[in-house]
Amino acid sequence: MDKMKNIKTELPDPSALKEEILKRYPRKIAKKREKSIVINDPDAIPEVQANVRTIPGIITQRGCTYAGCKGVILGPSRDIVNIVHGPIGCSFYAWLTRRNQTQPPTPDSPNFMTYCFSTDMQDSNIVFGGEQKLRQAIKEAYELFHPYSISVFSTCPVGLIGDDIHAACREMKAELGINIFGFSCEGYKGVSQSAGHHIANNRVFTDVVGRKTDKGRLGKFQVNLMGEYNIGGDAFVIEKYFKEMGITLLASFSGNSTIESYEYSQDADVNMVMCHRSINYIAEMMEKKYGIPWFKVNFIGANSSAKSLRKLAEYFGDKELIEKTELLIEREMARVKAVADRVRPKVEGKRAMLFVGGSRAHHYQELFNELGIETLSAGYEFGHRDDYEGRHVIPTIKVDADSRNIEELTVVKSETLFKPELQDKKLLLEQKGFKFEHYEGMMPTMKKNSLVIDDINHWETEKIIEMMKPDLFCAGIKEKYVVQKHGIPLKQLHSYDYGGPYAGFEGAINFYLEMERMLACDIWKMVDAPWKHEPSIMGSMVYE
Amino acid sequence: MKEEKEYIATRNACKLCNPLGACLAYKGIKGCVPLIHGSQGCSTYIRRYMISHFREPVDIASSNFTEESTIFGGRQNCHQAVGNIIKQYNPEIIAAATTCLSETIGDDIEKYLKEYKAEFPDAPDFIYANTPSYQGTHADGFHEAVAATVRSLAKRTKKNTHINLFPGMYSPADLRYLKRVMDNYKTNYVLLPDYSETLDGSSWSEYKKIPDGGTSKEAIITTADAQASIEFGAIFNKAGGSTNKNGRSKETAASYLETTFGVPALRLPWPVGVEATDLFFKTLSEVTGVEKPDEYVKERGRLIDAYADGHKYVFGKKAVIYGEEDLVLSIYRFLNEIGVDTILIASGGKSGALASEIEKLTMGEMKMPEIIDNADFEEIAARSRELKPDIMIGHSKGYYIARELNIPLVRIGFPIHDRLGGQRLLHIGYEGTNDLFEKIVNAFIEKNQESSEVGYKYM
Repeated sequence: MDKMKNIKTELPDPSALKEEILKRYPRKIAKKREKSIVINDPDAIPEVQANVRTIPGIITQRGCTYAGCKGVILGPSRDIVNIVHGPIGCSFYAWLTRRNQTQPPTPDSPNFMTYCFSTDMQDSNIVFGGEQKLRQAIKEAYELFHPYSISVFSTCPVGLIGDDIHAACREMKAELGINIFGFSCEGYKGVSQSAGHHIANNRVFTDVVGRKTDKGRLGKFQVNLMGEYNIGGDAFVIEKYFKEMGITLLASFSGNSTIESYEYSQDADVNMVMCHRSINYIAEMMEKKYGIPWFKVNFIGANSSAKSLRKLAEYFGDKELIEKTELLIEREMARVKAVADRVRPKVEGKRAMLFVGGSRAHHYQELFNELGIETLSAGYEFGHRDDYEGRHVIPTIKVDADSRNIEELTVVKSETLFKPELQDKKLLLEQKGFKFEHYEGMMPTMKKNSLVIDDINHWETEKIIEMMKPDLFCAGIKEKYVVQKHGIPLKQLHSYDYGGPYAGFEGAINFYLEMERMLACDIWKMVDAPWKHEPSIMGSMVYE
Repeated sequence: MKEEKEYIATRNACKLCNPLGACLAYKGIKGCVPLIHGSQGCSTYIRRYMISHFREPVDIASSNFTEESTIFGGRQNCHQAVGNIIKQYNPEIIAAATTCLSETIGDDIEKYLKEYKAEFPDAPDFIYANTPSYQGTHADGFHEAVAATVRSLAKRTKKNTHINLFPGMYSPADLRYLKRVMDNYKTNYVLLPDYSETLDGSSWSEYKKIPDGGTSKEAIITTADAQASIEFGAIFNKAGGSTNKNGRSKETAASYLETTFGVPALRLPWPVGVEATDLFFKTLSEVTGVEKPDEYVKERGRLIDAYADGHKYVFGKKAVIYGEEDLVLSIYRFLNEIGVDTILIASGGKSGALASEIEKLTMGEMKMPEIIDNADFEEIAARSRELKPDIMIGHSKGYYIARELNIPLVRIGFPIHDRLGGQRLLHIGYEGTNDLFEKIVNAFIEKNQESSEVGYKYM
């Protein structure tokens, strides 16, 4: 019993496990990986090496720049035709795979998300260039759909053969009279999909945001929600709450969104950032140019949803809004509690690991906390140090060659559209302790001695499973069957295993029920794992 | 007969890329770790796609190109990747597939691997295939990788020891069927590739870095000693085919063994349908001198019986079929046999040989169906809207068309990610044909039953 109590406040020291992992690596690699495998101490956050190149030949779960740009940021908008300029694979592989949902206002409203449009480059295009083919493809997309916008994504060979996609876009924009823009998001740029997020943020900021300035006010409280991608219908849940509260959501970057809505998103009174990693760039740039303050929210977990909604109401400081918000929270929390009370005793004390994304490995810990499930180890696939340690470390992050490859835009204040009153409001609120531009990162909220691993690879995954024996592993489809062969259930947090929504209060309920199902499922007892009948080598690690 | 407007762009592609096919073939080699020479996204995307179909671990390494590698070449990345794979997996074979990136900069993967082997003679054997995504499709990559494997390893030592079998892009269940047949013929054989266990394994009592199963290196070496090779298909890697400096363009594994070692290559259609399966068993009996085992006589009998039972449901129905060229050829042949009228054959492949192969199957008697090669799904959709088929047969990506037309889709091929068990679909041999036949019949029955107002229970 004493031991149990001890585990509540801190986890056993995993130093031996870390050593065991590193021992198998050649010296140089061990030295590199050592800095990315960190034993957490919430009182003195250690530095994590993140956003550095994956070592060739190590099986990483990371994707490429193109994946981050096309798949993540631009993929979920429905009124734009995305043309992938390159050989066919890249376009096919990003065809509706992230399971972002969208809800066009009417059945006739445009939705091109189900569409996979590619220039399908052939030998001759590689030799003689593919710009002409790209122009033709843009024309075809226009003639077929007359879409609101068209964008072009470069894949690996494009940069090498010297096709100027931006020139092609400019020309076609002039010719066709709709907004057409391109992304130089060749897969080999940057260290992961994170580079693609940045490239996407930049171009959306320069070529889309602020194009429409005659929209006028659409509501009393105008907001943008950023870094929410509507996997499994998450955005629908959040939108419902906003509607009830009387909040006008101008644009969502980018779940359930339109490019058109980005064009007047500069009219917002505030930006809320959900996935800090993928979208903080545009939030920062919008503050500089338009004076819109931003703060971090999290709608994963019932408590953090309540906190985020309260924060939003507090920002506007409107009495009626605050009352509505409190009513909503009270009603929803009662529902949440009823389910939590039933599920919690069945899953309490179970132990989870999360290796996913650039924010989900943090956000989902909230749901686990609500159920009394303990997080043993977590890490991001493509996070940066600020996502781990908090934004205060940003000035100290070393800029390496890979980061330098990605353009940092110089943003100047808009003379006509900058809203000084929002900045005044921000100052006032800050004096009251309201935190803007703040993200504390994952590590301060994790227990002492939890193991933080950035860009975890196959070998490390196997090792921590074998030695820590978690009850649940959260990652993606690439890890799913590897982990399940060990007899441990894996919850996909990229695609939600085609379930969800998991956002907001009803999302929390869905997730509780999912945990009840997964952790109580008898099938895993039928899978034989060595530690079920043999003492493991590191049995003395006291993870049992 | 194509759409009036010819599109330059590919809209909803009906093909995947070359290196994916190569990785699939490599997964069928024992103790082998595939390595994609290019950017890490290729390996991540290809793994992601294969895993969603097979629902098994699929480890594929990458040489993780950086901006610098695109300028200075991928030698260092390649060597580092190889070294790390050896450390982690201790594989018997590392099999590389190139990408559009490494091919565009003209990286010489063969040279890099030879250099490594020269420096570390204890390193595992290497295989490499040139599989740029801007050539051919995944089907080309698959056959190119099989040919590359044989080219790298086959060595003549004895004579007439066994039969080589080179399957098409079959399911693990299909491969297991072929193995059972060979066992029942009591004949030694080498099946390459054999991912029947590696991509459709059981639950394990202990985690295996490289799953059990696959064609062993020793077996691949002996492919040069075979009495004959049987390869299934007509198109193979005609559109991809390495165009490397050795000029080995468009060569299959069997044709390489024939020209190099004099192993006779027997080219058979995929054994789908009674006629094509008969041909397979007849050939096998001729080559081995073993009479067709009774089991298959009975299996054939049951299939004919099923055809007779089900004929009334399928006769005269109109089908659209799509997928790899060799797959659609085999399905077309089978549909002719059961009286289904194929009105459109579409493939993302562009070997240029699809129409002439179809023509052979009509034997000058039947009306040529409409054929679209180098097709995308929007072309298929446009033609289907006009042709009004009763059924579609192909993989998951065509679902949206079947949904729009409100007709059943019978799933076959790769990828299948909206049904469980896509990796276990048996469709070759008498047994597989029977499975496929029943799926088609039942799709029609279900459609009729569900659209009837009465709710009949006898159909």
